[in-house]
Amino acid sequence: MTFLRRLISLAAGARSVGVSGMHELGITQSIIDIAGRNAAAQGATRVLSVTVEIGLLSGIVPDAVEFCYDACAAGTLLAGSRLIVRAIPGRGRCGDCGGECPLDPYTFACPACGALTLERLAGEELRVIELEIP
Amino acid sequence: MCTDCGCPPPEQHHHGHQHDPKHGSRHHDHDHLDRGNVGADTRTVRIEEDLLAKNNRLAAANRELFRRHQLLVLNLVSSPGSGKTSILERTLADLKEDLAFAVLEGDQQTAHDAERIAATGVPVQQINTGAGCHLDAHMVGHGVEHFDLAHTAVLFIENVGNLVCPAAFDLGEECKVAVLSVTEGEDKPVKYPQMFRAAEVLLINKIDLLPHLRFDLEKCKAYARQVHPGIRIFELSCHSGAGMAAWYDWLREGVQKKKI
Ligand SMILES: Nc1nc2c(ncn2[C@@H]2O[C@H](COP(=O)(O)OP(=O)(O)O)[C@@H](O)[C@H]2O)c(=O)[nH]1
Ligand SMILES: [Mg+2]
Ligand SMILES: [Zn+2]
Ligand SMILES: [Zn+2]
Ligand SMILES: [Zn+2]
Repeated sequence: MTFLRRLISLAAGARSVGVSGMHELGITQSIIDIAGRNAAAQGATRVLSVTVEIGLLSGIVPDAVEFCYDACAAGTLLAGSRLIVRAIPGRGRCGDCGGECPLDPYTFACPACGALTLERLAGEELRVIELEIP
Repeated sequence: MCTDCGCPPPEQHHHGHQHDPKHGSRHHDHDHLDRGNVGADTRTVRIEEDLLAKNNRLAAANRELFRRHQLLVLNLVSSPGSGKTSILERTLADLKEDLAFAVLEGDQQTAHDAERIAATGVPVQQINTGAGCHLDAHMVGHGVEHFDLAHTAVLFIENVGNLVCPAAFDLGEECKVAVLSVTEGEDKPVKYPQMFRAAEVLLINKIDLLPHLRFDLEKCKAYARQVHPGIRIFELSCHSGAGMAAWYDWLREGVQKKKI
């Protein structure tokens, strides 16, 4: 299990990124898996860049993903590729007044009417969007 | 039996659900793959694949398995030390004559918690996540292979002690049950809103200690409801037994609902 070994060797470093650093390691590994599988399906032997969307309400810290990326990519089709992160800001709609507003993880009440019925419209994305291959 | 994850089933030959990569991608959800833009001498390949898609697919398979067995599955989440294992020990000891339980114990390293559960006589399976900070649906799918689900009514999953990422991972459970003890800050729900939004139930534990603390119980409940207006809250102490009866009633009710 090379991933597990890599995970353990990265643990100390990732921790310095924040409490959830270990967690981003798993997410980064999923990026590598999905991108690698798709690149192989295209017959690519290497990848220039990978674009991902990370919603700012997803609980995933983009910096921590970037921190892990090179180490997770090493030894795969993705080695040396560039990670492009599109951070998606949170947006919500109030279930009471219908107003829309920006959301951060700590927005609980509608800024217009105070209701606690905010529905999340954007910001929970965690997706691999595209690959650039030679 | 073919498992949904593609791993060879235990003690059997692998009879290949791994797709050949050329077909694999088309087989899944990206028919836009060939819409590649041709740049100077690079190509852009659209993927649009959810990072949690694999976990969610396996969670759906677990949920279907649990539904078939009319099993109530609860995913216990909290910071380390809030009392997840203690609540389980007490609940199992008090109810095991009435209800058939099984427990999956997620722990980073040791088997201490699994040993504590085993001492109650209830079937328990340890999942060591090693460096991993949460359980995922794949681990749970394999973990339950060890149980006789047809003769189990309630499966408890004790997640890794961590209020951050277990929130994002669906295991196929009925609901997440968050545990918060009165020795922690009453503002934990607003500090870790993701988790308290994901949990349907909140157990406020160690209320036997309230006389010694400045924990504001009402404020804690208000914070929890601010993050999750419909959250179900039980105040209890698994040491003194206070408040446990209401939790047990909720459990029994949940088991009854599964049988309909
Ligand atoms: N006073 C008191 N201590 C408790 C209670 N529940 C758990 N504890 C203690 O809290 C500590 C951590 O409990 P444990 O069940 O291991 O927490 P876990 O990490 O969430 O599984 C142990 O020392 C328990 O004895 C309670 O209701 N009252
Ligand atoms: Mg425990
Ligand atoms: Zn995690
Ligand atoms: Zn409003
Ligand atoms: Zn498997």
